[in-house]
Amino acid sequence: VSAVWLTVVVVGAATIAFKATGPVLLGRGRELPGWLSGPVSHLAPAVLAALVVTQAVAGHRSIVFDARLEGLAAGAVAVVLRAPLLVVVIAAAATAALVRLV
Amino acid sequence: VASILHDAGTAAAAILAAVMLNARYAPIGISVASSFEGPAWRRLLESQLVVDESWAVALKRRGGFDLKVMLGAGALLYASWNVGTWVGLAIGDAIGDANRLGLDAAFPALFLALLIPQLTSRRKLATALLGGGIALVLIPFTPAGIPIVAASAACLVGWGEPR
Repeated sequence: VSAVWLTVVVVGAATIAFKATGPVLLGRGRELPGWLSGPVSHLAPAVLAALVVTQAVAGHRSIVFDARLEGLAAGAVAVVLRAPLLVVVIAAAATAALVRLV
Repeated sequence: VASILHDAGTAAAAILAAVMLNARYAPIGISVASSFEGPAWRRLLESQLVVDESWAVALKRRGGFDLKVMLGAGALLYASWNVGTWVGLAIGDAIGDANRLGLDAAFPALFLALLIPQLTSRRKLATALLGGGIALVLIPFTPAGIPIVAASAACLVGWGEPR
């Protein structure tokens, strides 16, 4: 087995396991035990905020400020103006593209 | 022998990096686990359509999760991913750097637009600020993926809150 295929198989198996953990062990529409429901209901804002930050400023083991930030700011303005999701995303991309152009 | 060892070392490093990158799907899956129904094999199959974007767009404003939206978005993303890969292979050189089109700025904006409706209480706002802060601090010091996994610990702000 080549190293590439080994990598694909191992990473694939690990990813399947990561994704399945919650839905298989805790799923089936069951109510979570009471002490867990508080933290679990706060996972979404925690992870979403981390995705915003990493997608906006992460480089290779470094923090990089570039046109993504102007794009994100434009997207934020669109969110405040209650624009539809698609408009928010296009505003962000177009702004970043414009900043890179000039 | 040296080259085999070298290859094995490279593969191990690549495997480790990719596994850490995808470890975020554990907390992401747990966050919406109770919305998956049916037998275990079905929950296992359906959970594979969870990616950052399909998960995020299926989050409901007041908490909760629309499984059908996630499945639809996940299938669509999977199809586009494959088509995009072939298109990229075929004519990628003609397109050049896709970030010139600002695509890399579209993703943080998407997640921000989906985060804001989630901030329905002071606790959730505090959770988001803490999670974002944890990620920001860790980015320079950890491999990709770890900042997001660590940020999920911010959910402990919700400890003791009744649903």
